[in-house]
Amino acid sequence: MSDSKKIGAVMVVGGGITGMQASLDLAELGYLVYLVENSPAIGGTMSQLDKTFPTLDCAM
Amino acid sequence: MSPKLVESGRHPNIKIIANAEVESIQGEAGNFKVTVLKRPRYVNEEVCNACGSCVEYCPEIMKDYYNENLVEQKSLHIPYPQAVPASYVIDPISCLFVQKNECRQCEQACKELKAIDLNQAEEHLEIEVGSVILSPGLDEFNARRKKDYGYGEYPNVITSIEFERILSASGPFEGQITRPSDSVHPKKIAFLQCVGSRDQSTNPYCSSVCCTYAIKEAIVAKEHEPDLDISIFYMDIRTHGKNFERFYERAKNEFGIKFIRSRLADVERSQSTEDLILNYVTDDGKHHKDEFNLLVVSVGLEPSKTAGSLAKTMGVKLNEEGFCQTHEFSPTSTTKEGVFVAGAFQSPKDIPESVVQASGSVSLAAGFLSDVRGTLVEEKELVPEIDVEGQEPRIGVFVCHCGINVAGVADVTKLKESAEKLDNVVYADESVYACSKDSQEKIKQLIEEHKLNRIVLAACTPRTHEPLFQDTIREAGLNKCLFEMANIRDQCTWVHAHEKDAATQKADDLLRMGVAKARKLVPLKEEIIQVDPKALVIGGGFAGMTAALSLANQGFECYLVEKEKELGGNLRHIKFTLNQNDSQKLLDETIERVEKNSLIKVHTQTQVKDVSGYIGNFVTAFSSEEEETKITHGVIIVATGGHEYEPTEYLHGKHGDVITQQKLGEKLASGELESSKFKDVVMIQCVGSRTEERPYCSRICCSVAIKNALKIKAQHAKSNIYILCRDIRTYGFIEKYYRSAREEGIIFIRYDLENKPNVSEENGELQVSVFESIVGEQLVIKPSLLALSSAIIPNYNKDIAQLLKIPVNEDGFFQEAHVKLRPVDFSTDGIYVCGLAHSPKNIEESLSQANAAAARAAIPLSRGHVAAEPIVSSVDTDKCFGCGICEYLCPYSSIKVVETESGEKAQTITASCKGCGICASKCPRQAISMGRFTDEHILLQINAYMEGLKNA
Repeated sequence: MSDSKKIGAVMVVGGGITGMQASLDLAELGYLVYLVENSPAIGGTMSQLDKTFPTLDCAM
Repeated sequence: MSPKLVESGRHPNIKIIANAEVESIQGEAGNFKVTVLKRPRYVNEEVCNACGSCVEYCPEIMKDYYNENLVEQKSLHIPYPQAVPASYVIDPISCLFVQKNECRQCEQACKELKAIDLNQAEEHLEIEVGSVILSPGLDEFNARRKKDYGYGEYPNVITSIEFERILSASGPFEGQITRPSDSVHPKKIAFLQCVGSRDQSTNPYCSSVCCTYAIKEAIVAKEHEPDLDISIFYMDIRTHGKNFERFYERAKNEFGIKFIRSRLADVERSQSTEDLILNYVTDDGKHHKDEFNLLVVSVGLEPSKTAGSLAKTMGVKLNEEGFCQTHEFSPTSTTKEGVFVAGAFQSPKDIPESVVQASGSVSLAAGFLSDVRGTLVEEKELVPEIDVEGQEPRIGVFVCHCGINVAGVADVTKLKESAEKLDNVVYADESVYACSKDSQEKIKQLIEEHKLNRIVLAACTPRTHEPLFQDTIREAGLNKCLFEMANIRDQCTWVHAHEKDAATQKADDLLRMGVAKARKLVPLKEEIIQVDPKALVIGGGFAGMTAALSLANQGFECYLVEKEKELGGNLRHIKFTLNQNDSQKLLDETIERVEKNSLIKVHTQTQVKDVSGYIGNFVTAFSSEEEETKITHGVIIVATGGHEYEPTEYLHGKHGDVITQQKLGEKLASGELESSKFKDVVMIQCVGSRTEERPYCSRICCSVAIKNALKIKAQHAKSNIYILCRDIRTYGFIEKYYRSAREEGIIFIRYDLENKPNVSEENGELQVSVFESIVGEQLVIKPSLLALSSAIIPNYNKDIAQLLKIPVNEDGFFQEAHVKLRPVDFSTDGIYVCGLAHSPKNIEESLSQANAAAARAAIPLSRGHVAAEPIVSSVDTDKCFGCGICEYLCPYSSIKVVETESGEKAQTITASCKGCGICASKCPRQAISMGRFTDEHILLQINAYMEGLKNA
């Protein structure tokens, strides 16, 4: 296919910490991002964590 | 994580489609048409501003899934306090209106804002994209499937994620550790590891994270209640991540957490006390019985429940464990072109690895779409800034109700009236939601109407909302720095919810202080720094080459500097992988791609001599035997690698049959060893790792030993192989090779630090003796070959660290800016790290990390400029006498003493200054001040507070 048909947008499926990081990097690089999340809010498993190892930083 | 949530929610180039799933995908890589089903939320997320006024009117309750169903919540709820989109949602299963067409009370409660929309229906959105990244994440193992442990049957058996919520101050019991049966504080807690992991009846793979999270939860619990007695029952402790081993040691030594290597027989429940009785067998074959008040089962990680249908819809293959199928040498590529994967869907992994892989997948998507980068995004056009110099301050004050968050506690009208009386305040108003779209528009109008030139907002918190309001006033033509926020929610009404009068008084103080500072606010300029769109990659090993290729694929020129004669680094010594993939072919192909790429300039036998400058504008000198070269570039990727430690123990270097695992691998590939050498092979693990001298785990040595052992077995079936180990750390899918090794008859013998194996030589014959705990005796083996699994140590990191002023950790590996938020960045902008220089890792992990570093480095390169925050230091050269204390103390090398006409003076490098204020606080002449936080500002605020005291 010719490059002219390529679309400068990316869809990220899943809005946990991985999906958020991917979206932010893509958006900063100059791509339009559609972040599709199954649940009513992004955040994923990490949003449920209290602290994180090994630094014991607050997960939020 | 909050900063990433807020940033994702606010970024103009990110469209969040929540409560939605992919229905279909058509087209091909570069040009996909994806249909997304957006389920009704029944709340208009554009309008809702999460005031929560509606909640009390909702009569229906449901389980609170965020709190692992430990408590209940309303059918109309916000998923969690920091949720993005920050909007309520109605659960259709429990909502009376959705189910029975009754109620509608929420609509009444929100009749002013009209955010409730019970007529919402499913939407099918058609979206065109060039590429897709799959990151559906994980679900925890359902502990009910392991009936022996009594989860779901015995009330005081809970999962690790439930315990996580219980520990959390924002959790269901406000951080109080209580057990479900009687809400009593337990005194004795046990953790059971590998529930739903390393188990043929459920999941055969290792979930990689449970050992470390159990240690974390145990430590956090001990911090809450120091007298707790906590035991962790395990098979192997797998703390293989960066700095995890120290964490494990702390748990044992500092917190007194007990670690019991054992096999669990079963769990009984005491009918009278609801305690749990554990029957288990330790290594020495002894049976034990112990009673605990609470049992936490450390549940493993499985792919998200949506992953299967997502894979089917997307047309990507899954592996036999149900995770996304990828190849060892392309860990972020799915089986479908243009569709990439990252995170726990690819394999069980922790947060830093997930974040790294996210950026790694971005580099592939960005490489693929580099021709159309920037075609669909728009930079905002702004009106010119109003010149406020010389103008009398005309301050506008806005007091926000934040629904009932502020107004339910503090008297907002009183606050507004008191603000109106303050000098220079020409307009004051209150607003139900200052952050709502219509309020933002109103603020802009009022700035124009009343010629306001400073804005004070008394509201929630600058932490999350300041940038939003700054953008608003900038749209009205005011400089962003002419804004001040009084934090009257987070730091006032939330903490003083039961002291209404005192809260109003405090909010009044905060507001008056804000106004006092605002009078002296001045516009500050965001300095724009041009970026030279070229990169320097230091280190031509696999990680460095991968990073250079990724940058070149994205269209950026790149210098690749290697001190050795040939590219390849440590990969030159890795002849085959555990998965039987050809790592030498990978090496040759990678070198060929690098050498053929016109954007990559390779300099071998070259060393970096000097680096100066800052992000966007580095100047680097490097030299080889023939020439000295000076280059300019915008970013640096550090990939200086690591190597195998040369052991001095166990007769290495003294007896020819004692070799390292890496040497053994090379000899197995070349076939140079005679078969007699393989008769009895002993391998010793943790040689130089997990010791006092080097207290970190080298992560890959367990898999390397098993790789070589299996290779020997394949070549010499009769070979006897003994692996002397402490814990076997075959994390993730590598676990299956540990199982194969045992099935092949390879014998694993445990030793501990106090009882290290002893190696001696008699008449040229090697002898290894080790204490075998199962039989309880000293075992003696006369090996024909002894292979040492020696540590991975970093290369010449310290030299580079000095040149670049970047930190190394106590083990000599480079220290990233933030373990989770910025795992491949240094805190100095424009410098990134990957590969063994960061920490021990395998080829697959180096590859992801190298791509991640390239994706991060490409951000300033593709933008062409970076903006420096105006909160930077500035030097009053009349006061400065060039003592250099600031230069010495600055952690970012952002202030330097330079020769000027009036002598030596300090000078801020705005581009790299982080505004931390260390220089300003230490300057003996008080010559340095911080933009927006000057001494004058702070004194004015203190004085304004004191005035309040006088008047009270």
